[in-house]
Amino acid sequence: MATVQVSLPLPVLPEGWTAEKDFKPIGSLSAANDRNIEPVGHHFLAHARRKRHKRTFSEDDRIQAQANVKKVEDEDDGEISEPEDPLMLQREAKDWKGQDHYAVLGITKYRWRATEDQIKKAHRKKVLKHHPDKKAAKGGTEDDQFFKCIQKATEVLLDPVKRRQFDSVDEAADVEPPSKKDTQKGNFYKLWGKVFEAEGRFSTNQPVPKLGNDKSSKEDVENFYNFWYNFNSWRTFEYLDEDVPDDNENRDQKRHVERKNQNARRKKKTEDTIRLRKLVDDALALDERIKKFRQAEHAQKNKRRLEKEAEQKRLAEEAEKAKAEEARLQAEKEAAEKAEKADSKKAKEAAKNAAKKNKRVIRAAVKDANYFHASGDAPASQIDAALNDADAVIVKLDNEQIAALTAKLNGKKDAAAITQVFKDEVKSLVAAGKAQEGELKSLS
Amino acid sequence: MSEGTGPAQRVAIGISFGNSYSSIAYTTGEGKAEVIANEDGDRQIPSILSYVDGEELHGGQAKSQIVRNAKNTVAYFRDFLGQEFKSIDPTAAHQSAHAVQHESTVAFKIRDTEEEKENEVTVSTITSRLLKRLRQSASDYLGKQVTAAVITVPTNFSDAQKDALNKAAKEAGIEVLQFINEPVAAVLAYDARPDAKLADKIIVVADLGGTRSDVAVIASRGGIYTILATVHDYEVTGLKLDQVLMDYFAKEFLKKNKSATDPREDTRGLAKLKLECEAVKKALSIGSSANFSVESLVGGIDYTATINRTRYDLLGNKLFAAFSRLVLHAVEKAKLDPLDVTEIILAGGNAHTPKVASTVGAAFPETTTVIAPSTNPAAINPSELPVRGAAIQASLIEEFDVEDIEQSTHPMVTVTPHLSQAIGVLCISGDESSGVFHPIVDAETSLPVRRTAIIATPREGGDVLIKLAEGSRHIKVTKPEPKPKKEKAEDDSDDSDEDESDEEEELREKTWKVGKILSEAAIRGVKKGGKVEVQINIGADLGVNAIYREVGGKGGVRGIIQGGKAANGSA
Ligand SMILES: Nc1ncnc2c1ncn2[C@@H]1O[C@H](COP(=O)(O)OP(=O)(O)O)[C@@H](O)[C@H]1O
Ligand SMILES: [Mg+2]
Repeated sequence: MATVQVSLPLPVLPEGWTAEKDFKPIGSLSAANDRNIEPVGHHFLAHARRKRHKRTFSEDDRIQAQANVKKVEDEDDGEISEPEDPLMLQREAKDWKGQDHYAVLGITKYRWRATEDQIKKAHRKKVLKHHPDKKAAKGGTEDDQFFKCIQKATEVLLDPVKRRQFDSVDEAADVEPPSKKDTQKGNFYKLWGKVFEAEGRFSTNQPVPKLGNDKSSKEDVENFYNFWYNFNSWRTFEYLDEDVPDDNENRDQKRHVERKNQNARRKKKTEDTIRLRKLVDDALALDERIKKFRQAEHAQKNKRRLEKEAEQKRLAEEAEKAKAEEARLQAEKEAAEKAEKADSKKAKEAAKNAAKKNKRVIRAAVKDANYFHASGDAPASQIDAALNDADAVIVKLDNEQIAALTAKLNGKKDAAAITQVFKDEVKSLVAAGKAQEGELKSLS
Repeated sequence: MSEGTGPAQRVAIGISFGNSYSSIAYTTGEGKAEVIANEDGDRQIPSILSYVDGEELHGGQAKSQIVRNAKNTVAYFRDFLGQEFKSIDPTAAHQSAHAVQHESTVAFKIRDTEEEKENEVTVSTITSRLLKRLRQSASDYLGKQVTAAVITVPTNFSDAQKDALNKAAKEAGIEVLQFINEPVAAVLAYDARPDAKLADKIIVVADLGGTRSDVAVIASRGGIYTILATVHDYEVTGLKLDQVLMDYFAKEFLKKNKSATDPREDTRGLAKLKLECEAVKKALSIGSSANFSVESLVGGIDYTATINRTRYDLLGNKLFAAFSRLVLHAVEKAKLDPLDVTEIILAGGNAHTPKVASTVGAAFPETTTVIAPSTNPAAINPSELPVRGAAIQASLIEEFDVEDIEQSTHPMVTVTPHLSQAIGVLCISGDESSGVFHPIVDAETSLPVRRTAIIATPREGGDVLIKLAEGSRHIKVTKPEPKPKKEKAEDDSDDSDEDESDEEEELREKTWKVGKILSEAAIRGVKKGGKVEVQINIGADLGVNAIYREVGGKGGVRGIIQGGKAANGSA
């Protein structure tokens, strides 16, 4: 065997690849098939020599070896053929147009579904049985009418064009649409499925979509009906043609029949198209899935509407709530402000009262300090001046300072100490620029 | 015949015994198969015997007796041998001696002696007599008594049929060394040519004979052949092609001779018509036209006409198309795609017809080679393929002991495991970084097997990785861009046909899908421009023994993948 030459390069060894002795087994071979090799040629003989090693094989070995060998020859399936109806055996070959070719070959269970292979097998089965030589051997007559029927059936069914012509008018393959009543008994898919399968045999486009069942998707169902509403049929009606006279004498007559046939074919074709459309209409009308899908669609629409409404309501409620909250906060704020206002008024009043009181204390302190007179009863002028100056101090002080001054004076009875407090106060007023040096004479 | 003739004294030939024709061939000292012409100069000898006043005629002479002496002429009987009467199709033999039931088997009622009486001669006896004639012709030609033969049979010949043929041959003084399958003999005929190259191929042998057509799909792997699928058909036949011409000429004749009887309704007329039509058909294989000429076709009217090849191609079109469907069907049965088929060997007499080759060729991609006289001037005569294969096989085993042959053709030897997947290496290609599978051993290769591959390395050399993997063939289908719709033709009536022919063909290609990874190995330091040699041995137990080395380099890597299967005869 010649060496295989591979011109595509091998891949570079990946970084870090290692294996013991540079080889790594990974998987094992898929199972092999036992087959028979042909015992011919010198390559085979070389194989045989190697394999035999001077061994002899027993019958057992032989059986063992062949146990799983793949078969290449077909087994004869006796199944294909059906027995003949005795009436059919009496048919005349010249009436071949009226014969059911599938029945003649014994394949009525297949009809338009029969493959070329099945037709050939069926034909052979019938030939083996009905060839006139077989009948002659049985001492029968030389009657070969049925044999000719078999030949004719085979000729038609093995010719794709002729077969289509026959299949087009093979009523035995038709499946009548079920009545509305039958359909409504819950057998829609079973009954109509068969109808569509049978109608599908005329389809130019294959495969034909299946009717499906109650679990089919909406898409499949829509495809199905679309397919049938756009059906492309190869069905033809030539097979029912009136025979055209075969002689050249009567040209006009010939042309007349031909025209008649053409018209008849066209008419039948139109009728068939109408028939099929009605059939699809009927099925569609009875198809529960269509209703189901429509309802589902409705429900879907409704659901969407309800959802929208609910959302709106929720939004409105939310807005309402927000508004109420805002109002509440506003009210709270106002109340707080009011309260605050009220509080500060009170405080002011209190301060005012306190100030009044303090002023009284201060004035009293002036008296206690003997009007800042050194000793003995103070003259009236001194009293006036001291009281004026005390008032002047008070005026220059705010309430807090007054309170502070009051605090300093509180409890002091000693005239000198009191006078000193006053003097200090004046000093700090002067320092603060609130009084002139010597402005308050009684305290300077 | 005594069993005594030892291998040393054997004179062995190849015999192809067909329903319509038989041939004989021997292998020369240089190992070349030669087909022997009989005393009439025929290499295709009609498988027919005819008896005239006790004299036995054979071949072409017997064939011409079908016109005058149909009742005592036996033809198209090969497939009756070893069969029960109830399971034979007597159609082809209907125009000569009819098949009759003899016990449960088949016989013919013929006057085969000088006596004025009919004898029931069994099909076994007829076969034996025919083989005797073939043996005689070969012996006369070779100048020594032929004693043994390899005989070809259809792949669906049952053991009972082979037993019957074996007995008949023995009666005729022929020791059957081996029965070999017709399509395999055809492949052998090609592979035995000195310029033949051994390659892994899928070969389809498509045989369009006289009474049947047979298709076999064969995996050819290193000179070992395995039949993957067969198809047999009794509707697409040479006789049917003859019939097409018979109908044509009969109609033409009737046009000219309006009041004459239909020659097909007249026994002799029919026989003459048939003989001439076969001759016309053969003439059309070489010439572009042929003459039909029969004296006194019917009612004393002579008839001559001509037909050109184009007309015949048209008349036979349905049958040619049906034949090419059979070929496709066989490929499908083998679970293969037309793209898998390397070559189609057309066999059987009708393979001479150019239209057969062109019709089959059109059904397959361009990568499939159709081998027939009209497509390839080097093609072997398709009528001679089986007999040449048989002669070659005969020369190979001529000197074997019977015991030896029996042992070698034993299922213990012939049943072997075959790879279900191809085995190969992963290479780098421009776009696919993951690696491209390149097969080294194809699927359907019989085990054990040894194969060697030489693989390129990256431009700079260096360390390389060799991944051994299984691969499965995959058909990649590319749909063509939909063409913009052509403007509607004025005439709507034929638009469905148009749609079909308009449809562009999809592009189909054979690609590989990487399957199981079997092993990894490294070859280090490959020289710039170096190559790596991989040798794989796969055992019947599915164990793999692989040796990797740089071509011209030292050392190498050896690896073993354990097998699991307890294989047939692997011990
Ligand atoms: N040169 C030819 N051209 C066309 N057809 C041929 C030619 N030679 C033989 N045949 C046809 O081939 C058929 C015989 O095929 P063959 O393989 O020889 O026989 P068998 O039927 O015995 O297998 C017949 O139908 C015959 O007419
Ligand atoms: Mg043949």
